[in-house]
Amino acid sequence: MSEKCCCCATMKDERMDKLDEIINKHRNEKGALIPVLHEAQELFGYLPMEVQKKISEGLNVPLTEIYGVITFYTQFSLQPKGKYKIQVCLGTACYVKGSGQILDKLKEKLGINVGEVTGDGKFSLEACRCVGACGLAPVVMINEDVYGRLTVDDVEDIINKYKDK
Amino acid sequence: MQIFRSHVLICGGTGCTASGSTVLTEEFEKQLKKNNLENEVKIVKTGCFGFCEKGPIVVIYPEGCMYTMVKVEDIREIVEEHLVKGRIVKRLLIEARQEEESRVSIEGVEFFQKQHRVVLKNCGVINPEEINEYIACDGYRALGKVLTEMKPGEVIDIIKRSGLRGRGGGGFPTGLKWEFTARAQGDQKYVCCNADEGDPGAFMDRSILEGDPHAVIEAMAIAGYAIGSNQGYIYVRAEYPIAVRRLNIAIGQAKELGLLGKNIFGTGFDFDLELRLGAGAFVCGEETALMTSIEGKRGEPRPRPPFPANQGLWQKPTLLNNVETYANIPQIILNGPEWFASVGTERSKGTKVFALGGKINNTGLVEIPMGTTLREVIYDIGGGIPGGKNFKAVQMGGPSGGCVPAECIDTPIDYDSLTQLGAMMGSGGMIVMDQDTCMVDIAKFFLEFTVDESCGKCPPCRIGTKRMLEILNKITDGKGTLEDIEKLEVLAKNIKASALCGLGQTAPNPVLSTLRYFKDEYLAHVNDKTCPAGVCKSITRYVIHEDACKSCGICARNCPIGCITGEKKKPYKIDQDKCIKCGTCMEKCPFKAIYKNV
Repeated sequence: MSEKCCCCATMKDERMDKLDEIINKHRNEKGALIPVLHEAQELFGYLPMEVQKKISEGLNVPLTEIYGVITFYTQFSLQPKGKYKIQVCLGTACYVKGSGQILDKLKEKLGINVGEVTGDGKFSLEACRCVGACGLAPVVMINEDVYGRLTVDDVEDIINKYKDK
Repeated sequence: MQIFRSHVLICGGTGCTASGSTVLTEEFEKQLKKNNLENEVKIVKTGCFGFCEKGPIVVIYPEGCMYTMVKVEDIREIVEEHLVKGRIVKRLLIEARQEEESRVSIEGVEFFQKQHRVVLKNCGVINPEEINEYIACDGYRALGKVLTEMKPGEVIDIIKRSGLRGRGGGGFPTGLKWEFTARAQGDQKYVCCNADEGDPGAFMDRSILEGDPHAVIEAMAIAGYAIGSNQGYIYVRAEYPIAVRRLNIAIGQAKELGLLGKNIFGTGFDFDLELRLGAGAFVCGEETALMTSIEGKRGEPRPRPPFPANQGLWQKPTLLNNVETYANIPQIILNGPEWFASVGTERSKGTKVFALGGKINNTGLVEIPMGTTLREVIYDIGGGIPGGKNFKAVQMGGPSGGCVPAECIDTPIDYDSLTQLGAMMGSGGMIVMDQDTCMVDIAKFFLEFTVDESCGKCPPCRIGTKRMLEILNKITDGKGTLEDIEKLEVLAKNIKASALCGLGQTAPNPVLSTLRYFKDEYLAHVNDKTCPAGVCKSITRYVIHEDACKSCGICARNCPIGCITGEKKKPYKIDQDKCIKCGTCMEKCPFKAIYKNV
């Protein structure tokens, strides 16, 4: 983990103040760490070391424990994600209906593996747990948009929709 | 109060939202305005109707007319024809109903006929973001009755007499759990709701929270009164944004009306509720792990005893039930335990919600009385298997459950029959599989899931499941031996007996149950090095049938790596060493001359 990631230079911004607000809001709650991490990740997109340190001081929780919690839960990330976060549902219903092939096609088209970000920072690819839209299987989520009843041939068109955005 | 002559119900569940129901609402508003109907027709955004396959769904009352797969372009016609002229737009009804005008209503649809809606009674009926609609459907009446007319012991007695068992998978008698927690000593007690619905292919809890969140909130307050707790937590998956939003709205509205908080109904009873979001760890659906996670730590399970009823959240007595279990409670209180117990079988009372998915015509959410047979669910409600293919098995209980094969299709669905078959009720995911599903591959799929989700605390689960997966990989690669199958069984039994929590103890179930019913498929992979369903790529071969090949060359032109060669008037050939088994040639061949595994 490098402490000099790209955004740290500009991190003297109001996001750090907002983080203070979040910490203060939850400070007296029991079990506040996970709610704070959720909100911090929403704010920063991921959880860099600076943010972890601040939470550690603010909530009086050891940094090791915070790191332990972040790495335990798949939703928390130590690395920035792509601008468009592609999540391929690998729940049973989607899997039975071929979401594995769709994931393969996405890997091929984007040239990245699961857990990676494209060079231009535009797309990140993840295989995710059941999103509960089994009626539409197989399903892919790109940020908040859900694409259902997909075939391998749909993949290219969908990526192209975001490429020019 | 304003009276409307018609109500337009638009499904706002995750499935229909993904199919575009939000745009429909906007278009309806626009079209109603254009026809000056905005004071006569009300749009209601409801929870899930359950019929996700045909979404987005729009139902218009008073007719109860159900339009399926509605598109934005259709709205103008619905408004101008149905709402202005009173003529039903037949082409948007379900096919079978298009001929019979008298039976357009939602009750007439086969999908709903065999269902018995108790838990889902308000889903698809009320606007979940409006507490008054819940109250109008008897909402919070059960809480009022409990607080003003009953002692805590009486509440527990009713739940015990109803025979309700936990809907999260284990099937533990709910009333007993309440009694244990009520009896436990402690200055502070907690009521928790497990809404960490992690089983892939199960989405009934999500639909309840999205469609009728107040039912769960009301039940938790009732539980609080019964066991003597004033604080509750709902632990919900972060992957369910709509459910989280509606729960927040619902808790806010309940607090505003004094149905949560201090001195509820003026009885002196206090109960407060907080939402806690999961963060994508399957193991947190296990009760002790869930509580550890609410405490803000790594969600690792701990040994039991002590049970949560005595030492749960922050070491205090804690009651933990699943969403669907809670959703039954208000109705048991209102209608009586005898009413509840009159539905179902001897040892499994009431109804159960299932998420029907996979290779089935009507995917969606169904609620059936316990004791209904699998055949009724799959064929009568689910409409059978698409494409005229053969039903092979149904997977129940997710990564902890097992497969029920075709020969057991007449089994009644209840806790004990399913356990006997080596499957389990689980939380209610029902994934249907047809002849094209490889059962070894499915066992592998679930094991990959548990290997990935194992928290790593105990070795049987952390190491054992990994070793099992390695053996399965070997088998699907065509390198397995008979000895491997034996090893797999031994390992499975040892893990079951020695793992710390429910996740590890049940992780081998998908392997054991496929070995029990589909051993021939394992043997085919091992002895003949073939995958009968043609799924396992490394041992699947595509072959061109020499007599059927017309030498048109379409396969060769479409092959992405150019491994098919041939010339006019001679059958084409696939170079097996280069073939990547993508299946494109088989798909494109106009003469159906290309086969798998022949």
